[in-house]
Amino acid sequence: MHVLERAQFDTLLEALQQHGRQVIGPVRRDGVIGYEPVRSAGDLPVGWADEQEAGRYRLHHKDHGRLFDYTAGFHTWKRYLYPPTAVLWQASRDNGRLSFETPSETPPKFALLGVRACELHAIAIQDKVFLDGAHPDPAYAVRRNNAFIIAVNCGRAGGTCFCASMETGPRAQGGYDLALTEVAEDGRHYFTVEAGTKKGERLLDELELREAIEAERAAAAAAVEAAANQMGRQMPVDGLRELLAANPESPRWEAVAKRCLCCANCTMACPTCFCSTVHDSAAMTGETAKRERVWDSCFTMEFSYVHGGSVRKDASSRYRQWMTHKLSSWHDQFGSSGCVGCGRCITWCPVGIDITEEAWLLQEAHGGPTRTGE
Amino acid sequence: MPRNATKPEVSSPASADGGAASMAEPMLPAPYRIQRQRREAHDTFTLDLAAADGGRPPRFAPGQFNMLYLFGVGEVAISISGNPGTPETLQHTTRAVGSVTKAMEKLRAGDVIGVRGPFGTHWPTDHARGKDVVFVAGGIGLAPLRPAMYEILRNRAHYNKAVLLYGTRTPSDILFKRELKQWGGNFDVDVYVTVDRATGTWRGNVGVVTQLIRRSPFDPGNCVAMICGPEVMMKYAVDEFRRRGVDSQDIFLSMERNMKCAIGFCGHCQWGPNFVCKDGPVFRHTDIEHLLNVWEI
Ligand SMILES: Cc1cc2nc3c(=O)[nH]c(=O)nc-3n(C[C@H](O)[C@H](O)[C@H](O)COP(=O)(O)OP(=O)(O)OC[C@H]3O[C@@H](n4cnc5c(N)ncnc54)[C@H](O)[C@@H]3O)c2cc1C
Ligand code: SF4
Ligand code: SF4
Ligand code: FES
Repeated sequence: MHVLERAQFDTLLEALQQHGRQVIGPVRRDGVIGYEPVRSAGDLPVGWADEQEAGRYRLHHKDHGRLFDYTAGFHTWKRYLYPPTAVLWQASRDNGRLSFETPSETPPKFALLGVRACELHAIAIQDKVFLDGAHPDPAYAVRRNNAFIIAVNCGRAGGTCFCASMETGPRAQGGYDLALTEVAEDGRHYFTVEAGTKKGERLLDELELREAIEAERAAAAAAVEAAANQMGRQMPVDGLRELLAANPESPRWEAVAKRCLCCANCTMACPTCFCSTVHDSAAMTGETAKRERVWDSCFTMEFSYVHGGSVRKDASSRYRQWMTHKLSSWHDQFGSSGCVGCGRCITWCPVGIDITEEAWLLQEAHGGPTRTGE
Repeated sequence: MPRNATKPEVSSPASADGGAASMAEPMLPAPYRIQRQRREAHDTFTLDLAAADGGRPPRFAPGQFNMLYLFGVGEVAISISGNPGTPETLQHTTRAVGSVTKAMEKLRAGDVIGVRGPFGTHWPTDHARGKDVVFVAGGIGLAPLRPAMYEILRNRAHYNKAVLLYGTRTPSDILFKRELKQWGGNFDVDVYVTVDRATGTWRGNVGVVTQLIRRSPFDPGNCVAMICGPEVMMKYAVDEFRRRGVDSQDIFLSMERNMKCAIGFCGHCQWGPNFVCKDGPVFRHTDIEHLLNVWEI
């Protein structure tokens, strides 16, 4: 474990940029923290902390000067590995011939800075979707394989986080090139740094950082421990996968559908949701056409459309699809939960529907564990 | 505190830098030229296609489908309806119902479309060896079953009885009329056709196709049922087979869901834990029994 002083932070960004990488990190804009290009530490939300609750997000400025005192952002990293819109191919028609071509431009080599433990798991989950099947997605593979990942361990739990109960955080346990822990106490401000890959080690060597001393290691460990203990929400995962599979007719679906607006915010905000649709269009001249892939959501009516009408017409069946997919059928499909406990769907739901609350209510309605019973 | 039994694993993709250039582009169609367009019914047509580069279409198994792309308009999932024994010509039989399929109906010999595939699971023609084979088709549902019929007729001696129960709305909706005659005549297939509504000179059966299951000649203890048609029809058909004592393991059906990618990552075709595009479209009844009657799943 090494130490990077706060004053040296820009050397890390400079090194990444010298390697031809575009650094993407947390940036404050329009009252929220999103993930956008950053050039120096000054672009980060220095001294800002978030307050998240069901249906609520606020930023507050603190005097501590910390670089990473907030939790899951408004954006997710999938924005860069699996962009919201992408041209899949272009077709051209010429003298009775038809040809297809994939876009030729190569995506930037990203360095993703400030990836949280839950988000590392989300990336690993999308890797399974896009890379592990019989037909891997080449565009995702290029972006993913070229990305350098700098994780940040959480020193504070967000108001809607529940990673501890999903066993996905708050400490990064792999899937990163470098992992940082921010410590600002007793007049000092530094980061402990660990390498998770050879690529990460090489960068560490270049930076010529000194080894951490015992007190620094302990301070970093204590910071992450504190985050785990702060976690206000819990997912009742015991038996939940089976319970969801067995109860497609639960009265709970009707109940939640009374509140759900089917606005699709939860799926757009979710770091693991992978659904997409395609848009076909032709140029005015009629000689070229293209096919674009765009993020889609199981909450829309068109999503399940077949000739004659949509399969999931009612909000209850769409909410059921979403929650059952996240917490149950995802295990069948990809061998893990589809939820990493980042809390985004809770924060960004305009009516504050809470997936953990819904899970507890389902458990209670069908003889599972109760909140008071623990 | 409750713990997640199967937590997500964190892993890095296999190759370190780049390394993906050689991956096939699964979303990229290949150009195919229409050799022939044939009208099967007032709203249904068959396209005979050949690879525009002169190559051979990829091999397919009966029940698999392709994604057909019409320039600038869109892409639709259409089952292969041709003979797996003559793979030089790719055949698709389509009912014109909406924007893409209606535009496709206007194409003629010489026009070029995009094709990707074949995708999905296939009819259990192996599992059916030594048994009676009962096909149940509703409307356009005969098209995805036709390759299985061809395959069974090519190896007729390996199967016991072959029965086709086919229902359409009216007599003019009956597809593949010439073949139905041939199959019934030369190939020892028991062909029963029924219509919902008799028109013109129709003297055959009237009523839903599922009623034919009750009185058709097959051995419930040694048969395989292959069903393709509207979802409600398939549910009733399953009930009838079960009532005659056919094992759930021996009943197969082909499902339809919205499909955008056909390779398991657009999410549209999900049906419970299944992706209909890769875990289906052909399913064994035992595996999906619990989903078949769930509302809007
Ligand atoms: C595995 C599979 C095999 C099929 N095989 C055949 C076949 O052999 N012959 C045939 O005539 N039809 C078949 N279909 C149905 C065919 O795909 C639809 O009729 C077609 O997509 C309708 O498209 P459209 O644009 O003309 O209709 P619109 O109603 O304008 O549809 C708009 C869009 O909705 C979606 N959609 C609409 N209806 C369906 C549907 N029934 N299934 C899936 N997506 C739909 C498509 O994405 C389509 O582009 C099959 C469907 C599936 C899933
Ligand atoms: S379902 Fe909600 S809490 Fe779980 S990963 Fe998605 S956005 Fe985060
Ligand atoms: S929850 Fe819905 S949008 Fe998200 S991956 Fe599942 S089906 Fe797709
Ligand atoms: S059609 Fe895209 S996942 Fe099945």
